[in-house]
Amino acid sequence: MRIFDPHIHMTSRTTDDYEAMYAAGVRAVVEPSFWLGQPRTSVDSFTDYFDALLGWEPYRAAQFGIQHRCTVALNPKEANDPRCTGVLDVLPRYLAKDRVVAVGEIGYDSMTPEEDEALARQLQLAVEHDLPVLVHTPHRDKAVGTRRTLDVVRESGIPPERVLVDHLNELTVAMVADSGCWMGFSIYPDTKMSEDRMVRILQEHGTERKLVNSAADWGRSDPLKTRKTANAMLAAGFDDDTVDQVMWRNPVAFYGQSGRLDLEDIKADDTALFEGNSIKRGGE
Amino acid sequence: MDPHIPPTALDRQLTAEAQRWLTDAVARVGQDPAAVRSVFPAVARRCGRGPLVAGWTVADAARARLLAALPLRGAALAEEITALHRYGDAAEQRAVLRSLALLEDADTSFGALGLPLVTAALRGNDTDLIEAALGPYAARHLDYDGYRHAVLKCVFCGIPLDRIAGLAERADRELARMLADFAHERVAAGRAVPADVWPVLRAHPGTLEASGLPAETGSPVPDRREAAVRALAAYSATAPAGAA
Repeated sequence: MRIFDPHIHMTSRTTDDYEAMYAAGVRAVVEPSFWLGQPRTSVDSFTDYFDALLGWEPYRAAQFGIQHRCTVALNPKEANDPRCTGVLDVLPRYLAKDRVVAVGEIGYDSMTPEEDEALARQLQLAVEHDLPVLVHTPHRDKAVGTRRTLDVVRESGIPPERVLVDHLNELTVAMVADSGCWMGFSIYPDTKMSEDRMVRILQEHGTERKLVNSAADWGRSDPLKTRKTANAMLAAGFDDDTVDQVMWRNPVAFYGQSGRLDLEDIKADDTALFEGNSIKRGGE
Repeated sequence: MDPHIPPTALDRQLTAEAQRWLTDAVARVGQDPAAVRSVFPAVARRCGRGPLVAGWTVADAARARLLAALPLRGAALAEEITALHRYGDAAEQRAVLRSLALLEDADTSFGALGLPLVTAALRGNDTDLIEAALGPYAARHLDYDGYRHAVLKCVFCGIPLDRIAGLAERADRELARMLADFAHERVAAGRAVPADVWPVLRAHPGTLEASGLPAETGSPVPDRREAAVRALAAYSATAPAGAA
């Protein structure tokens, strides 16, 4: 089984996770830039983070046979901090990078005027840089937030097939399906969305334009939720080809719209270096 | 590493589509220097990553052409290319470093303003960037001490000294002393000495003898003794730097 996790924050994960993911079939990931759990206070913190998403992290992933791509953006939460809005000015440099396959995560957190401004500007940047976008939907007041997100996407003029709306659930899937956007589902331990609920959504709404991710990060989360959902699909009677569609071909088709996905079969190589440094500890 | 790649060498390697993209990108950068910030990172996927000539890749040469098209001079030029380097990945940084001599040739007011990029590369561990930094621009602008330490870094990192610019003119007695001490350290560890230090030592007679390396032939430790014998044989078999 081959798995493409279209949303996972590997910067927060360990080498054990990479090993377990590879063993579970994960061969490619997209890491969206997002909030780090506490506020950043300057644009430079963001650019160092973007540099890591484009440099050190893909190097680490490659050591375990996993291809790493990323999306960059000013996230909605920090779009509210005037110390961080300068990120929007430096973004064009990053949106031109080979490993950037979308603008994201953008969207709403608390639906403030500042978030409106950042969302609109970044949808415009996506059009200018010919990139798809990954849109986060708010955890609070999700249905209203999702509807408003779809309105802003429509007004921006970006084609809906270039938009992935993420963190959906039973109450938001239908409106996104109707919009023509792609639908993302984050499978978490305990909360938000489980493997079995995901299977029911796929049974009810079909597998077209659906993506499943672990959204694993620094919080309680599980980087193997993609594989566990695939197992639940098989147990519910989906065939191998349909599992492959959801777990591999759909994310490849969505991010492939960047023209930069360019996945190749990589082999784990523990002799390679990044900027002359390696993941080995001294003495090895 | 000659930075003067003939334009035809690059053009021959570009597909018609890449050629069109680069021509358009050069025109855009010529009209609006800020456009370089989005086209410079995109060069490799648009033009190709393959080798060109003299250690340059197609992407290096295409990026050098974009930098040459910037309608900026002096401090403004330095500021723009410094930001490209700051936000660049290793391949972009390498292209900036390789372009420094060309930029100065076209604009004397650029002068030594690119030197901080060279010294940043020399502080790092990426041998590709260290090599790219040590072109003719570094040979012109590094002070003697900086240049000597750069050569020593190459020897430590295994970068062949024939890939760096200016060694024939800038190798002095103090550099020979440093390399002799390095050779002695290697021998004392029972290890081999990179062959490209010997021509510099031969050009400065007495430096090897002063290092204490020859005395290692009398070491009670067999590894050290044997390493010393091999080192002295290699030294004797080497013609001095500068000799034909």
